[in-house]
Amino acid sequence: MKDVELKMLERAKALLESGEVARVVGWKKGDFYFDPSPAVFESVEELEKDFVYNWFCGANLSKYLIQIAKKEGKTAVFLKPCDTYSFNQLVKEHRIKRENVYVIAVECLAKLDVEKIKAQGVSSVVNVEVVEKKVSVTDLYGDVTVLNKPDVILTKCDTCTKTHQVKDEEIILHERPERDVDRFAEVAKLEGMTEDERFAFWREQLSKCIRCNACRNVCPACSCVKCVFDNPASGIAAKANDDKFEEQLFHVIRAFHVAGRCTDCGECSRVCPQNIPLHLLNRKFIKDIDGFYGEYQAGETSEGKTPLTSYTEGDIEAKDVFNGEAK
Amino acid sequence: MQDVSTEKKEFVPNIVAFCCNWCSYAGADLAGSSRLTYPANVKIIRVPCSCRVNPMFVLKAFQQGADGVILCGCHPGDCHYVTGNYYTRRRMALLYSFLNYMGIEKERTRVEWVSAAEGAKFAAVMNDFVKTVTELGENKRLTDLRVKEGE
Repeated sequence: MKDVELKMLERAKALLESGEVARVVGWKKGDFYFDPSPAVFESVEELEKDFVYNWFCGANLSKYLIQIAKKEGKTAVFLKPCDTYSFNQLVKEHRIKRENVYVIAVECLAKLDVEKIKAQGVSSVVNVEVVEKKVSVTDLYGDVTVLNKPDVILTKCDTCTKTHQVKDEEIILHERPERDVDRFAEVAKLEGMTEDERFAFWREQLSKCIRCNACRNVCPACSCVKCVFDNPASGIAAKANDDKFEEQLFHVIRAFHVAGRCTDCGECSRVCPQNIPLHLLNRKFIKDIDGFYGEYQAGETSEGKTPLTSYTEGDIEAKDVFNGEAK
Repeated sequence: MQDVSTEKKEFVPNIVAFCCNWCSYAGADLAGSSRLTYPANVKIIRVPCSCRVNPMFVLKAFQQGADGVILCGCHPGDCHYVTGNYYTRRRMALLYSFLNYMGIEKERTRVEWVSAAEGAKFAAVMNDFVKTVTELGENKRLTDLRVKEGE
């Protein structure tokens, strides 16, 4: 990953120096090795000081472009495969002007989840080396622990087979191995349960919600200027002191609002401080849309209609969606 | 005289029916003027088109204590606004499937197409829906606890 980082830094510097772009959106060093955060760089000095791209750069940079790309001059951005879908979707919804952004597609061989590494008993990570399916983690005391990569990657990377959908140039130094994964396996498992079991499952999960709104704030599909959850008159804007049923409705409303537009980037689950598997809500909609109206991947293109803004005369009737019990 | 018996009262469900102005509402009117009966606990909310029904309306109805929500509109192809109910159909198919995924009983939600000439169908649909929800019992899963507390 270090070689990729150097190449990215080199390109970012060249772009800024030549004046081709006014700023670069990437990741900067955090307090620790494992918490790089999204950042805007406007000078070569800033880049040299803070620029970073490592195994913990899981954040999706697309949503930041809504504000940043409105500024004068062109903005360069590093996008991982999953981020490009969100980017396309935002271009489609006229939230980002495509011509204002210079997209550099960067490789991603899945990102690591520091919480999962901690769960394996390793903390204070100061360096990570990945060779195929083995992750060597060095901690503050110099001890090296070798972990299985599939055990410690972000949940959103577990079932990812995405490829870059937009690019003006690319920085890809390592070939990504082919994967055979079923992203709907967990949804299907829930569908196989009885109604009572499903209700118990979701009530338990959603009761953990503290209404921090992190899932909404990070979601690239949640780009409304004025959000319903910020409107005190909506009856659903109140925060933590509400009961679990209202929490449940919050997530139902949010999932429905992004239905047909959710690119399955998995950021909601990544940022949830309570570890609620929110992506399983959105995936249910994706699975249903695929099943009822034909396969559709939001963000594959930046044009065309979404499943909920189009129809065919022979669409499935609402009463037929339950045929075959577990639907 | 005040009822002091400990016997459980018969459950009477709260049903919210969203009816489009052009077909189903007129269908309900026809049911009435044809002297057909359907339960009085069906609360009809008239909307300009079934497509007017935001999924949040359905959730809000449940939150405020509805035991069942039914949405009635023109038959597909007969929409007064030409295509409104096609969008409704997709929206509600996804919403109902999703609510069921969250563990909400699928019998509590329904979409029916009732034209202005189908007074008999309207009465039959409502009778059947009320019967189904009555058998199912009270909606506890989607109500707001605070609403019940005040009772």
